[in-house]
Amino acid sequence: MVENKVLLRVENLKKYFPITRGLLGRRVGAVRAVDGISFDIKQGETLGLVGESGCGKSTTGRAILQLHKPTSGNVFFENVNLTKISAEELRKLRPKMQMIFQDPYTSLNPRHSVGKIIAEPMVIHGVMSSQQLKNRVAQLLELVGMNPNFVRRYPHEFSGGQRQRIGIARALSLNPSFIVCDEPISSLDVSIQAQVVNLLQDLQEKLGLTYLFIAHDLSMVKHISHRIAVMYLGKIVEFTGRNALFDNPLHPYTQSLISAVPVPDPQVERKRHRIILEGEVPSPANPPKGCVFNTRCPLAIDICFETPPEYREVQPEHFVACHLVKESDQNNLDCEP
Amino acid sequence: MGQLILEVKDLVTKFYTLEGIVHAVNGVSFDLEEGEALAIVGESGSGKSVTVMSILGLIPSPPGKVESGHAYFAGKYGRCDLLKLTPAELRNVRGGQIGFVFQDPISSLNPLLTVGEQISESLVKHLGMSSEEAKKKTTKLLEQVGIPVPKIRYNNYPHQFSGGMRQRVMIAIAIACNPAIIIADEPTTALDVTIQAQIVDLFQRLRNVIGVAVIWITHNLSVVAGFAERVLVMYGGRVVEIARVDDLFARPQHPYTIGLIGAMPRLDARESKRLVSIEGTPPDMLIPIIHCPFAPRCSYAFERCWQEIPPLITVGEQHRTSCFYDLDKRRPRDG
Repeated sequence: MVENKVLLRVENLKKYFPITRGLLGRRVGAVRAVDGISFDIKQGETLGLVGESGCGKSTTGRAILQLHKPTSGNVFFENVNLTKISAEELRKLRPKMQMIFQDPYTSLNPRHSVGKIIAEPMVIHGVMSSQQLKNRVAQLLELVGMNPNFVRRYPHEFSGGQRQRIGIARALSLNPSFIVCDEPISSLDVSIQAQVVNLLQDLQEKLGLTYLFIAHDLSMVKHISHRIAVMYLGKIVEFTGRNALFDNPLHPYTQSLISAVPVPDPQVERKRHRIILEGEVPSPANPPKGCVFNTRCPLAIDICFETPPEYREVQPEHFVACHLVKESDQNNLDCEP
Repeated sequence: MGQLILEVKDLVTKFYTLEGIVHAVNGVSFDLEEGEALAIVGESGSGKSVTVMSILGLIPSPPGKVESGHAYFAGKYGRCDLLKLTPAELRNVRGGQIGFVFQDPISSLNPLLTVGEQISESLVKHLGMSSEEAKKKTTKLLEQVGIPVPKIRYNNYPHQFSGGMRQRVMIAIAIACNPAIIIADEPTTALDVTIQAQIVDLFQRLRNVIGVAVIWITHNLSVVAGFAERVLVMYGGRVVEIARVDDLFARPQHPYTIGLIGAMPRLDARESKRLVSIEGTPPDMLIPIIHCPFAPRCSYAFERCWQEIPPLITVGEQHRTSCFYDLDKRRPRDG
């Protein structure tokens, strides 16, 4: 159930990675991976963060959890500003915020048994007898749909989908309220993707979890999310509810992104009008002046090359950063999926 | 019906590894018409790539070995069995009469040669052009696949191109010698969705302009829904269903195909229904198949599915499936 209480609030978050040259590591520039984004996540909600490779969506997830120290901006988790508190205070909050990684092959230690992998966060964060630990691990394995007798096995004995379940069990071990899912299904086969997505949804219902679901697959993001933020070159270009985003996409990038996603239906596909974007995403080390999308935007006008558009609420709960969108604008472009 | 240009019959390919024999392809048959767009769909390990690699003689041997089967190709010089050709003859077919595009363009291009040199190489080799002619034609090809300022790009190296642009270069190489078939193995999997749309669009245009037949291998049914004319679904190294694209989506006749379609969320759906997931995991290819490979994951499986391998049977016009269960009548098939 999505409640009205805001669990996490991100304010003007920035993460720049320095580009250095030479022996002394002279700083010659910065990759603006995340360049001033703001949004909030409500208790019990799944917020989808979608964008193409290099748009900064994974960096956003990591910067929220303070795995990358943000360059500037604030992250409030249950009204505590994570960017301002001490390392010790942060450590105490960590159990509530967990992460599920993209690659289930590299995110599990191959030399640890499944039992040890799942128990590790509990060993680090709490005092539990070994019997309690054993019970808890068995319970977690069952929760993610695996046989509790697998505790002695090692990651290489499992398929990708099963490994992802182990990763999920580890993330759940400390009873978190918020989980960043960083492309949790993109390395899995289609039939296994559905298993993992169903599991994540079941767990959300059962445990009242809040997710930040990062992915590049728009159809999957739409399926699982309540609200969706679309990122392009370090910025959020559009942010609104899942149906509003697909029924009434306002930003030209969102429109073309939606039109580019194939639908598993040959009759629909043949009739679809695709907005094919020219060119490719510019480098975040050298973003274009004005609107970051101006190099590929089919509608760009003079002002788009001069001033960056303001990120604003044009309709209730519908945020967009585009000069061409007027208040209470209805899109008139044909971009029905 | 058009002329058949490729007929694959009972193809069997195995890999002899330290862990045992991998039964990668277990009796695959299909055909391809002139100018047709055929999609081969399957998950990792289903044998879809090995099937086409076997046809092209690109299976590393050892450990791989094409055990049996035929692949009749009606090329420029008459009909021949690709699996019986000498390596030299096969080289002539590859690149000359059958072009191919792989998933990962960076590892398929030579980093030490300019892209222009790599495209003109096949023109000189297969068509016997002079280097002058080849250069002219290459510039034209680069333009045809949508690379801006082709005259300058001719002299660039692969690392100076982005992923999408490299894939365009691969396509230019594939179509350079006017092949009868292009085989594209997951050509858009490594690309972003907006770039994927560009590449699918390019293939569609090339088919219209040069009338080349395309075999498109993918794990994603949606990508080929609007592009393919027929779809072949593979599972466990076998063909489980083959049908015209509309029939496959409207009336899938194999439980695996139904599962694959149900497992994909649709962007145009208003409400998100729970996804249909196929429980269990794909088969271990080290174990030889003695029953229906999908039986362990199939909710319709009955006794017979565990006793014999279902053959491909015709269930409609150009529609074949390998399943003992009749999904329309909701009971096992007769006979």
